Amino acid sequence: MKIPVLRIYTIGYLLFLYCPIVILPIFAFNNSTAVAFPLQGFTSQWFVNVFHDAVLGHALKNSLLVAGSTAVLATFLGTLAARANTRYQFKAAGPLMGLIMLPMVLPEIIMAMALLVVLLSVGIPLSLFTIVLGHVLVCTPFAVAILTSAFQSLDKSLEEAAYDLGEGPFSTFRLIILPLVMPGIISAMLICFTISLDEFIVANFLGSGEPLLSTFIYGQLRFPKNVPNIMALGTILVGVSITLLALAEFFRRRGLARTGAKDTGGFL
Amino acid sequence: MTSGKPTMIEFQNVHKYYGDYHALRGINATIKAGEFFSLLGPSGCGKTTLLRTIAGFEGISSGVVLIDGKDVAAVPPNQRPTNMVFQSYAIFPHLSVAQNVGFGLRKDPLSAADKARAVDEALAMVGLSGYGARAAHALSGGQRQRVALARALILKPKVLLLDEPLSALDKKLRENMQVELIKLQRQVGITFILVTHDQEEALVMSDRIAVMFEGQIAQLDSPERLYRLPKTRAVANFIGTMNFLSAQILSEAGGKVEVEAQGFGRLQLDAEKQVTGAPTDTGATIGFRPETATLLFDGQQATDRETMATVEEVVYYGDMTYYDVLLDGTSAPVRLSMRNVFGRPVLDIGTRTRVGWSAGALVLFR
Repeated sequence: MKIPVLRIYTIGYLLFLYCPIVILPIFAFNNSTAVAFPLQGFTSQWFVNVFHDAVLGHALKNSLLVAGSTAVLATFLGTLAARANTRYQFKAAGPLMGLIMLPMVLPEIIMAMALLVVLLSVGIPLSLFTIVLGHVLVCTPFAVAILTSAFQSLDKSLEEAAYDLGEGPFSTFRLIILPLVMPGIISAMLICFTISLDEFIVANFLGSGEPLLSTFIYGQLRFPKNVPNIMALGTILVGVSITLLALAEFFRRRGLARTGAKDTGGFL
Repeated sequence: MTSGKPTMIEFQNVHKYYGDYHALRGINATIKAGEFFSLLGPSGCGKTTLLRTIAGFEGISSGVVLIDGKDVAAVPPNQRPTNMVFQSYAIFPHLSVAQNVGFGLRKDPLSAADKARAVDEALAMVGLSGYGARAAHALSGGQRQRVALARALILKPKVLLLDEPLSALDKKLRENMQVELIKLQRQVGITFILVTHDQEEALVMSDRIAVMFEGQIAQLDSPERLYRLPKTRAVANFIGTMNFLSAQILSEAGGKVEVEAQGFGRLQLDAEKQVTGAPTDTGATIGFRPETATLLFDGQQATDRETMATVEEVVYYGDMTYYDVLLDGTSAPVRLSMRNVFGRPVLDIGTRTRVGWSAGALVLFR
């Protein structure tokens, strides 16, 4: 019999990728401070701890603030870039888009260090705001990628039709373009939010000591007795991330269906 | 039939460059009010560009475009008395049919009730009464086309611009829409300007047609004149099919041109009605349409003249049969189209046959 090499490889690949994530909720409900098999019994104690941890609450608030601001800013900038890229032809378009997309593949630690050096030499004190700046840099390429697909699926003659029927450029944008790319905008905001929420390197380098979720989790790992709490928190974060990404994809597809375009790519 | 009407649109030596590309090369034409006018040509000939200069979506590099006597160089599309039906129809997918049709009335000071009535009337005009509440993205191609028409006509433009509006429809629907568009145009009396690459569509629908090649108008004429007396061989080939045989001009005098044509011998043609041509055509050529000559079956007499020929190819179309025949004394076959008659056999390849033709149906390109 032929050995199904590709099938075995695929299954192995998926196991390697997702087993660690499945471990997370298992130990989050395990009644032991030691993260080890055999399991000791069921408890929801760690989740209760998570909800009563004041520092964690503070970190969560900061994280939501940073992620929210990042999502709005990165999506706004991404909208401008995607619109310019799809609607107008200019000489520098190729290199310019390349530069905007570069942070997607640039090593984050190098970017974070470079940013740190620049901010310090310019004299901008580190704060949540500087983290937001870093996150915007990281997230904008994702927003541009999603929104470019949204703008590209938009028939140019829709704009011309609105113009032809008496509207100016701004009312055309408001009445026709914005409603049609809105699903893409929501999708971009959700993805940027998720990325910012999970991001550690920039948060660690550009932070002022104010805790974010990611840096808080990193700090807690030093205390073995707190590890189960982190497992519980991790479980919640995985759940929230998956929900947000699924929502983002839902909106992206709805946008395509609305404009009647064919689906090409996407993140999920 | 439109000669007495006032001019609606006038092009004066219009040029358009895209970088180095010369898209429009000196367009001069007038379009009359109430006319059904077509811009016909192969893709890339500049017909859509010319249409878009009327709408205001394309600026021009030099020259003048006048709409209703006014130079529109500085008038943006949203202030021109023109409306457009786009090739893709450009129906706003997030709005209902009624919202689409009423879109142009947004800034109109009419009351909401008057606007609703106008939308209903526009929908009734295109045969879509009762469709107002439907979602636009759920419409069929033919219905989208009608919504696009209603949306453009509701503003009562002086000129309606149609950019290949029927090219996305299947054959049957296209033919129906052609007739409906003609009726609609007569009913509203607005100047219609149609861009198409389909010569049949242009012939069926238009009062006048401008045939365009490479950014220039090759000929501007009524459908019958374009078909009967094309100015160049390129126009003749684009509008239907024409057979060409080489010829030599022997003499010209008193409104008559005497030629020696391959296969047809010595002929006298009417200089005004049968002689045409432009510098682009090299050497004299005799042309005739496939339906102006006919195969002669047993017992049939030629109405004018006849020549012997050999059948080289037979293409059967059901109602028609196309015969490619080699006329005696010629080197290349010509195409004849014969309406099929019940009981008459389709000839085989290689058959010797008589071909009847009339000198009056020939055209001389010099």
